[in-house]
Amino acid sequence: MTDQPIPAGGATPAGGPALVAAPAMPKHRSQWSDVWRQFASHRGALAGMAVFLFIILLCTLGAFIHDVDPQKLDIRAKNQLMSWEHPLGTDNLGRDMLAQIIAGGQVSLAVGVTAMLLSLLVGTLIGVLSGYFRRLDGPLMRFTDLFLALPLLPLLLVIIMLFRDMLRTAFGPESGIFILIVFVIGITSWMQTARIVRGDVLALKEREFVLAAKSIGTPSRRIILRHILPNVLSPIMVSATLGVANAIITESALSFLGLGFPSDFPTWGRLLYDGANFMTLTPDRVIWPGLAISLTVLSVNYIGDGLRDALDPRIRGR
Amino acid sequence: MSDAAALDAPRAAPTAETLLRVQNLSVHFPIHKGLLRRQVGAVQAVDEVSFDVLKGETLGLVGESGCGKSTTGRAILRLTPITQGRVILDGEDITHIEGETLRQRRRKMQMIFQDPQASLNPRMNVSGIISEPLVEHRSLSRKQMQERVYELMDAVGLRRSFANRYPHEFSGGQRQRIGIARALALDPGFIVCDEPIAALDVSIQAQVVNLLEELQQRLGLTYLFISHDLSMVRHMATRVAVMYLGRMVELAPREKLYSVPRHPYTQALLSAVPEPDPRREATRQRIILTGDVPSPANPPSGCRFRTRCPHAFDRCAVETPAFRKLSDGHFAACHLSE
Repeated sequence: MTDQPIPAGGATPAGGPALVAAPAMPKHRSQWSDVWRQFASHRGALAGMAVFLFIILLCTLGAFIHDVDPQKLDIRAKNQLMSWEHPLGTDNLGRDMLAQIIAGGQVSLAVGVTAMLLSLLVGTLIGVLSGYFRRLDGPLMRFTDLFLALPLLPLLLVIIMLFRDMLRTAFGPESGIFILIVFVIGITSWMQTARIVRGDVLALKEREFVLAAKSIGTPSRRIILRHILPNVLSPIMVSATLGVANAIITESALSFLGLGFPSDFPTWGRLLYDGANFMTLTPDRVIWPGLAISLTVLSVNYIGDGLRDALDPRIRGR
Repeated sequence: MSDAAALDAPRAAPTAETLLRVQNLSVHFPIHKGLLRRQVGAVQAVDEVSFDVLKGETLGLVGESGCGKSTTGRAILRLTPITQGRVILDGEDITHIEGETLRQRRRKMQMIFQDPQASLNPRMNVSGIISEPLVEHRSLSRKQMQERVYELMDAVGLRRSFANRYPHEFSGGQRQRIGIARALALDPGFIVCDEPIAALDVSIQAQVVNLLEELQQRLGLTYLFISHDLSMVRHMATRVAVMYLGRMVELAPREKLYSVPRHPYTQALLSAVPEPDPRREATRQRIILTGDVPSPANPPSGCRFRTRCPHAFDRCAVETPAFRKLSDGHFAACHLSE
């Protein structure tokens, strides 16, 4: 691309009278159509999106097609292999595996996504504040260190012991425990995001375009929203996709310890741990929920990868 | 330099209107060391600098890297904390204003940056970048905003069809034009050009400089033109100021400075400019300075240039030379030029 010479007569004085005749403008390109085009050209992202949508559809609509009660015990039909009646077999109490995976998926996905959003919000907020405002940097980063140094599992146990009953009475047994689990996972997993975001913000705020915004008189709040946040999108995107996986796995660990959802309430993590005891007898009880978790994590990772590229105009042009 | 010396600071001729007056401006960056982060000293990036800028003129500010040129420019625009001194723009002291008042005053003064790559947000398109000042300071309808952006793009010679493109899609010269359009958006009277051509190809430099000159004539702009390119400053500037290690050593109208430089540092700088005429180039006497620039955290006593000055004598180490008037509009800080 070469430099354009100044048009001799075509230039109107800045601030001068309105233009005589505006030349025909090329149609305004919508930014979001560009973003979508780039996203669609990323094959991994498209595949990831397809898989993730399939998993979501399976978990939401699947219950209407395969309308077997996941809690129904049928002890005579225990430990069955795949069949038409039980497409993924049954467990040692004769419960239908597919129905359990569908029901568990609803909870696991909801926990994963909400906990990720919460931890992302907290992490980004703390990271941006401590990176941008020098005075907050020390206290906020020591606060982050404090959380990193806490032994998480004992902390989780204590929080759940203390607040489980209170929330159960306030919101009902299931949504009470859901709120508690999401909160606990979100509040203990924001530290990595905060640190990464802070590092990026520290580098960004010394860039000249931030100085230019200051010289224009843009207030800090809008400098952060307009110039800093869009440029730290990549690390935030990466930690978001990793966060979903992390949240699903932490939820499984909590359920395994008997502190998550009640034992008759299936989640993918719970199914996996329950199945682990019977791995030699019926390995498919571990494979299916494990596959569901892995596929979700992998597809979310690919979506994040594609989104990160699509939102970066430097990559988008290519 | 004492207050009495400040009164002696360079004043413009009373006929021309002064737009900007800088009095004894100092910018010191504290150095913290040790476990308790105690302040152990300060980098004296700018020290006791005084000058005036007249309405409609271009004041060239030259000096080698690290001499405090850019810091001076940024301090005037209140982008760097001022340690001491006063900055008066358009008769108003802007040294200590804060918050909304400062935000309003920013409309009058803008900056063009050195590196057009770094000074444009890679995630915003051209129209977004140019309209940011308008969004912040004017309440225009979407259509008026668009129209104003197009006007500005015309004024700096960018095609209107580029409005939706992103900075990385442009060449260096075009990016600098975007930066210039952004600086012009609010019709500022005063623009600090912080080495606006240093990062550009030589062939593009001329275009950008011509654009700056054309805009100055058309819009009546006043420039503080910071550069280390002496020949470009000679072309652009009405008056030229020379800085060394945070201090101003000489200030004179362009022709005077280039024909009869009075400060030994200016003489050395000018002797380094190559001569296009080969016969004159063959007879050019270069003054080669020995040694390195001392650290601004620990500047030499007395005259800061004495460690490298070919004419230094005893008095230079003891007494700081005042920045005094030599002839009409010609100022220098040297004991020899008294």
